[in-house]
Amino acid sequence: MQTAVNLRGVKKSYGAGESRVPALRGIDLDVNAGELLMLVGPSGCGKTTLISVIAGILDQDEGQCSVFGREMGGLRGAQKALWRGATLGFVFQAFNLLPSLTAAENVAVPLLLRDVPRRQAVAKAREMLERVGLGARTESRPWQLSGGQQQRVAIARALVHEPRLIVCDEPTSALDHQTGASVMELMRSVALGGERTLVVVTHDARIFSYADRIAVMDDGRISKIVDSANQL
Amino acid sequence: MNFVALQMLIGDRAKYIGILIGITFASLLITQQSAIFTGIMSRTFATITDLPTPDVWVMDEKVQYIDDIKPLQDTELYRVRGVEGVEWATPLYKGLLKARLSNGNFQSCVVIGVDDATLIGAPIQMVDGRVEDLRQNDAVILDEHSAKGKLARVQADGSRAPLRIGDSLEINDRRGVVVGICKVSRTFQSQPVVYTTFSRATSFAPRERKLLSFVLAKAKPGVDPLALCARITSATGLRAHTREDFKWITMQYFLKYTGIPINFGMSVLLGFLVGTIIAGQTFFNFTLDNLKHFGALKAMGATNGRLVRMILLQALLVGSLGWGMGVGGAATFGRLTSSTELAFRMPWQLLAISGGVVLIICSISALICIWKVARLEPAIVFKG
Repeated sequence: MQTAVNLRGVKKSYGAGESRVPALRGIDLDVNAGELLMLVGPSGCGKTTLISVIAGILDQDEGQCSVFGREMGGLRGAQKALWRGATLGFVFQAFNLLPSLTAAENVAVPLLLRDVPRRQAVAKAREMLERVGLGARTESRPWQLSGGQQQRVAIARALVHEPRLIVCDEPTSALDHQTGASVMELMRSVALGGERTLVVVTHDARIFSYADRIAVMDDGRISKIVDSANQL
Repeated sequence: MNFVALQMLIGDRAKYIGILIGITFASLLITQQSAIFTGIMSRTFATITDLPTPDVWVMDEKVQYIDDIKPLQDTELYRVRGVEGVEWATPLYKGLLKARLSNGNFQSCVVIGVDDATLIGAPIQMVDGRVEDLRQNDAVILDEHSAKGKLARVQADGSRAPLRIGDSLEINDRRGVVVGICKVSRTFQSQPVVYTTFSRATSFAPRERKLLSFVLAKAKPGVDPLALCARITSATGLRAHTREDFKWITMQYFLKYTGIPINFGMSVLLGFLVGTIIAGQTFFNFTLDNLKHFGALKAMGATNGRLVRMILLQALLVGSLGWGMGVGGAATFGRLTSSTELAFRMPWQLLAISGGVVLIICSISALICIWKVARLEPAIVFKG
């Protein structure tokens, strides 16, 4: 099985001198291509820092991080941003949809960032919204949609440019149980497939069952990796 | 992404309008105050503007500006005529004389006496009558504003009837008969302008030993007016300036010795500061409110360069619209007040300057935002 993400001895700290706070204390982790890995753990254990490093948003202080064989440390500035745009999809806790754009236009943003012509990008975004069950709401603004619908739009946006890795930060924490479950169903059915890999950071124990594997983090380290929620 | 940038800007109506109002206000204030300043300053050399024919103005060496008359001897005219390169030279009288109105009041008037023979120096634009009629007995030509206003006849019911051709007025106890109404630039102090011949003007004026205010000269074809000025000065000991130089010298005098530039400069500066603060603050708030979205765009692959272009596009849009509305407002103001005493002049240079100032305002606002966004850590999007 191909490895999507490979982390070895990754360390990351914030601040300097006496106020230095270690967030990651040496992470070794492999994420397999095509799997849904959940990162769980208490607040402040380093989950968000870890996905930021995987996504190329933060640079690790030490260790190695490679994504689909690409060493993150070798990328700088604009190069890294362009790599992110081509390789990654994001689903954020607060959806982060642009309020002045329609659902279709929001979904089209990753394509527009890659200079796809607007008409073409919006057409593809509409197709993607159909796939996530929002074909009737393509012209709605975010504020006209429920939380669950907004997260579906965000999932469509994360998928529209066909990235190989999707990083999700607490995708269900702003949703009720039923909506959260339907969002995870959607992620498994639409987002996962082929080589596409999902890394999901969550506190929400109700969705653990959707994971292929669960990595438990504590105080900047991965304390264990299990195959099902029952093993936690 | 230009579409996204514009939608982000226009989508937030309240902030968008706030930024527009800030820039419009700044542009309006800067343009309108500068236009009034320009209008007032151009009135200082109105007499020179209205005399386009001569290339060179010759005057006493101590004259500081157009209204600072230090009369010359009549013989100076002939000395100027004798300088090599002079095509012709004519006398000009300019003085401030009192006209007696029909109700017994007195009104100070700028009396301009032009060459009796050639009428060089007479108004170019006649509203009524002919310049040639100045050769008639006691003839004077009045400017249209004062004919309708300050020199108008006060009737029994208190209303004012404009002076027309054939009407008469008293200038320094001498009779003047109106033979024409002309259109000339208003003077700095908005005094009526009365044109007559040089010899008649000197008979209106109180007796003085010397009454020749200026000598107007024309350079022969191919003679550089600047070189001619130097030659006249060298030959006669008098000061000689080209028309443009004399305008500039006159304006510089007013700029240096009156508080006008400071007062208007303060207004323009205030407009600049208020506009910068309002536009900068609103634009900055707009960016702060959108920081998470910029962070999300960064996380999704937008480079700093792309975000900078988005912000510059937003600044350019609000800048152009705000400038256009401000300048439009100022032009409307100028149009509405064109028939009043208010000095208002808006040459294209002023539009370019106000455009440049608005560009600076927008650039400052945009730079603050760019600085903030460029330093933005995209990890902000993971902070709930």
